[in-house]
Amino acid sequence: MHYSLGSIIRNAATGHKHWPKQWREPEPKKAYDIVLVGGGGHGLATAYYLARNHGLTNIAVLEKGYLGNGNIGRNTTIVRSNYLCPENSQFYEHSLKLWESLSKDLNYNVMLSQRGALVVFHSPAQRDAAIRRGNALRLNGVDAVLLDAAGVKKLVPAIDCSPSARFPVLGGMLQPRGGSVRHDAVAWGFARGADAHGVDIIQNCEVTGFRIEKGRVRGVETTRGPIAAKKVGIVVAGRSSLVGQMAGLRLPIESHVLQCFVTEAIKPVLDTVVSFGAAHFSIVQSDKGGLVFNGDLDGYNSYAQRGNMAVVENVAASAVSFMPCMSRLRLLRHWGGINDMTMDGSPIITRTPVKGLFFNGGWCYGGFKATPASGWTFAHLIANGEPHPLAASFSLERFESGLVINESGTGPLPGTH
Amino acid sequence: MRIPCPWCGDRPLSEFTYGGDASKKRPKHPEKASAEAWLDYVYLRDNPAGKHTEYWHHSGGCRAWLKVTRDTRSHEISKAVLARPQSDGARS
Repeated sequence: MHYSLGSIIRNAATGHKHWPKQWREPEPKKAYDIVLVGGGGHGLATAYYLARNHGLTNIAVLEKGYLGNGNIGRNTTIVRSNYLCPENSQFYEHSLKLWESLSKDLNYNVMLSQRGALVVFHSPAQRDAAIRRGNALRLNGVDAVLLDAAGVKKLVPAIDCSPSARFPVLGGMLQPRGGSVRHDAVAWGFARGADAHGVDIIQNCEVTGFRIEKGRVRGVETTRGPIAAKKVGIVVAGRSSLVGQMAGLRLPIESHVLQCFVTEAIKPVLDTVVSFGAAHFSIVQSDKGGLVFNGDLDGYNSYAQRGNMAVVENVAASAVSFMPCMSRLRLLRHWGGINDMTMDGSPIITRTPVKGLFFNGGWCYGGFKATPASGWTFAHLIANGEPHPLAASFSLERFESGLVINESGTGPLPGTH
Repeated sequence: MRIPCPWCGDRPLSEFTYGGDASKKRPKHPEKASAEAWLDYVYLRDNPAGKHTEYWHHSGGCRAWLKVTRDTRSHEISKAVLARPQSDGARS
């Protein structure tokens, strides 16, 4: 069904009782051309673009839980493309361009709000780094605007810009086209779009093994029986190492937990996405009024989907020192998501040593904003067997050759990216 | 999470710094090691969901390096010993 003003009026007239389901719930078939392991945002986007861009529709997306249950529904909804390394900058800029037309393309409102993404700096050295980054972005055709302290104060009055602040604000780098997106709508929109093209989305179907014969993938074993496939794509966010091991892959990835928080709902106080410069802290206000924010990784390997109090305390201290008006807000919810942290902090979209088997993962905690471009380029790789030019640098071979893409320059320490 | 330091007893997480996977062995003869051996040591990780042997530095305490066995699904610690064999008999 095409959503439109007419469809809303028609369904309103009949008491909203006749809206069709947004996607089918098919039984898995015995065989598909392509099986995607993982029905998160990236898996659904890959299925959608395989159908839309490459005309391939004999596809199954296998999800062990339900749609929207994983990291697509656990992130802080921020989209931006202000990356320094040219490989990342161009890739994320392509993603942001896809975000800008996604609601229209999917006929589904993902509620993109380009309210601007601001990164604040607090020292002359940070200002130099921000200016360097801004110049690099502008050379790559990405928008960036340098603000002084008065400009930051004007844009976001809630930030403590006084000289007596614990970390006095010297200014900030604004990406006006950055912003936020309703994250679960992204999962539902891509699922509905893929389903409309004939892709089978199969929930509650966990992959338990791979059929590999003579170095070529032949299908997968699942909790709902074996499924044959000519090509298989692994796209499983925090569990890449475990699923990869089933196919004999050894990956440069550690799983780490990142905690997120949301406060009680308050009246509009923050109409920009803001990142603190003195510690790892980003914040956005949701449409419901809650302040949604995250801090640093807990910093140790974890699959627990919950973290520890030391980080909670650190995040709270960052919040109050950056925006003192938050000091009396109460937390409503607090949760953890498991991130594939790669050894260089950049993602992996790659062929594997197994023929017909492709891998997409290692998104660290930058995966949400990458969803459309990840699907776009992974679909290209699966359809053509050749990497998309925008994602060619994200190969697994870069760890052998040494051509790693290390945005933060901190070396092979996954917890520090 | 509290880590049972062999010298200091149960101490809070905030006193410690993570040192990563303790099962990796640096190539014994770096000048002779192959590129594959370095790839394995520097980048590749088993990343298990379950028991994980890892280094922790008691950086806000006695400054000893510990070798800790911890379940990555529950954060439960089953073992914590000094990372380096000591002359007084405390061995890893």
